[in-house]
Amino acid sequence: MQAPRIPRFLPLKVSRVPRGIRSRSLHARATEFLQSQDPDLSESQRTVREAISKICSDFPDSYWAQIDESHQFPTELYEALARRGWLGICLPQRYGGSELGISEAAVMMQTIAESGAGMTGASSIHMNIFGLEPVAKYGTEEQKDRWLTPLIAGRQRACFGVTEPNTGLDTLQLQATARRSRDGYVLSGQKVWISTAQRADKILILVRTTPRDRVKKPSQGLSLFYTDLQVPEVQITEIPKMGRAAVDTNSLFFDNWHVSMEDRVGEENEGFRMILHGMNAERILIGAEALGLGFAALRRAALYSNNRHVFGRPIGQNQGIQHPLADSWMKLEAARMMIYQAARLYDQGYTGGEYANAGKYLAAEAAFEGCERAILTHGGMGYAKEYHVERYLREVFIPRIAPVSREMILNYIGERVLGLPRSY
Amino acid sequence: MSGLRILVPVKRVIDYAIKPRINKAQTGVETAGVKHSLNPFDELSIEEAVRLRERKGPIKVEDILALSAGGPKCPDVLRTAMAMGADRAFHIDVPDKGDGGPEPLTIAKMLQAVVKEQNVNLVLLGKQAIDGDQGQTGQMLAGLLGWPQATQASKVDIKDDAGTVEITHEVDGGVETLRAKLPMVITTDLRLNEPRYASLPNIMKAKKKPLEKKTLADLGVEDTRRLKTLKVTEPPPRKGGGKVEDVDGLVSKLKELGAL
Ligand SMILES: Cc1cc2nc3c(=O)[nH]c(=O)nc-3n(C[C@H](O)[C@H](O)[C@H](O)COP(=O)(O)OP(=O)(O)OC[C@H]3O[C@@H](n4cnc5c(N)ncnc54)[C@H](O)[C@@H]3O)c2cc1C
Repeated sequence: MQAPRIPRFLPLKVSRVPRGIRSRSLHARATEFLQSQDPDLSESQRTVREAISKICSDFPDSYWAQIDESHQFPTELYEALARRGWLGICLPQRYGGSELGISEAAVMMQTIAESGAGMTGASSIHMNIFGLEPVAKYGTEEQKDRWLTPLIAGRQRACFGVTEPNTGLDTLQLQATARRSRDGYVLSGQKVWISTAQRADKILILVRTTPRDRVKKPSQGLSLFYTDLQVPEVQITEIPKMGRAAVDTNSLFFDNWHVSMEDRVGEENEGFRMILHGMNAERILIGAEALGLGFAALRRAALYSNNRHVFGRPIGQNQGIQHPLADSWMKLEAARMMIYQAARLYDQGYTGGEYANAGKYLAAEAAFEGCERAILTHGGMGYAKEYHVERYLREVFIPRIAPVSREMILNYIGERVLGLPRSY
Repeated sequence: MSGLRILVPVKRVIDYAIKPRINKAQTGVETAGVKHSLNPFDELSIEEAVRLRERKGPIKVEDILALSAGGPKCPDVLRTAMAMGADRAFHIDVPDKGDGGPEPLTIAKMLQAVVKEQNVNLVLLGKQAIDGDQGQTGQMLAGLLGWPQATQASKVDIKDDAGTVEITHEVDGGVETLRAKLPMVITTDLRLNEPRYASLPNIMKAKKKPLEKKTLADLGVEDTRRLKTLKVTEPPPRKGGGKVEDVDGLVSKLKELGAL
């Protein structure tokens, strides 16, 4: 499917988009489409915001609604970003990347989601942005050249395989195994919830190389591989799900899957440590994506409540409508402060996870509440696909659940920050 | 002819998608806190300059110089121009006095000085800036330089290494093709090309390209005003239309209004 071509110099006229959504009003930051006035943004963050906004304005809400309906991967957005080097935003320049920080990548992901692309747009490239950080950090020169170059250029797509059906959030219990063979490994087991596996060329996969009862430390015994996914030994089955239909999520069954030695990342049995390395960054990015959805919902709610007249006045003139939206803006903005603080700290080398986790938690909750309120603000129209907010709500559950649940974040803060006994 | 030395003047204007508002004093539009971007027609001229280079035509493009006159935010649009492919930039520092900036003749004189100083042989300008909609600068510049000009180009074709250029532009009911010799002035129209979005690596590179700051005085030009804006007002609000049921309804309505 073709991305709709929209004349660049005319105010966009997309039928079915309520009036006002495209014409930016002057002084209302929350209703201007992808405004770039946040006073805290650094110059490079603002540059990213503006450049990504331009690309995303070619993909209106109607595009996202349509592919949500037809389950078609947003290849057009993926390619528009790949062609202009955005997939390598955090990766080394040597391989075509730009080596910017998580602070800039977070702005990029927030902006994509905020354009109306939501988690569909964000997830279509999410893995590229930081997923291969373990490779960038622990891979050999040869591996980086072999893997990062085509990934950044958009010639190869990658997915990420950690979650398993029988172990859930308890990653150290992973059961899928890799047995040594003469010239490599043989993988067997299953994974679940693996996003984009239908089309991914490669998978970064964490599997067990030493049984649990024979490891010195519980964090050892898992190894990381980056290898070809579309092979007959791997059976990939899509999971029908609540939202984000255009970006597939799958169960993987594999047996007797031969993986060569060259495809192992870093040392054997040290995979978990390598995955941990990118974890805070990933939470920051997911949090930023949630923020984007929240601000998108708020924008629609504010515009709608200004235009919809009932009882002789705009519904937004009633405090019962206005105040929850004001409250949502404050919560989203507070979460944004924390997300961008976590990003800044990460870029400065800080390794603690409290802000990344807390920021992701707060962002996802604020966004969820914002999406719910956007629907209620629209009344019956909020339940109609035409107004897009129901799609946002279906997608905003993802950052609440993945990559780590709310409960596990609370566990983390309880244990690490409050010094309370580990509850699990 | 040895090489093309292209000058592309660009202007920072209120973003095309923003609905401008008149200020309280009715002397101009409100610009504070409003999103600005590169004038769309200037995006076309940058794009065309870069394409002339990429096309590898009979004359090699030696230099693409972007120039913008205005306040301290001008470098933003110059970085955009360089991210798209301009080699270097001049920022002519003109303090914002809230009067809409220098008049077209001042700008044309300034460009004339730069053309001489920088040995430019092709000036590509937007046919107008979307803020003032004056549409005069290119023509005035050609007049001052005594160069041929082609306005509202929808196609630019360098024919040979002697500097013959063919320019197509749209006129009522058709297209007109002009031929001229470099050096010349060309103004751009919407159908000329589709400007690219700069790539991230090019955005990063643009931050390191040379950007020189100058003043009008450096170029021997004075910012004199020949015109005074008396009043700026909003267009009258549109009156709501009426609905008719069918063609008969339309015809009788038109008759009623005396249009038939
Ligand atoms: C759309 C989507 C895409 C995904 N994409 C990927 C992907 O690409 N790659 C990948 O590897 N994974 C992916 N995931 C998986 C995701 O990371 C997991 O779903 C998530 O980590 C939760 O694991 P689980 O589903 O097994 O939940 P479980 O571990 O079964 O937990 C279920 C519930 O119990 C709670 N719970 C469990 N233990 C405790 C405890 N000790 N204390 C308190 N509460 C507890 C949890 O918080 C949660 O609410 C995706 C998930 C979704 C929904």
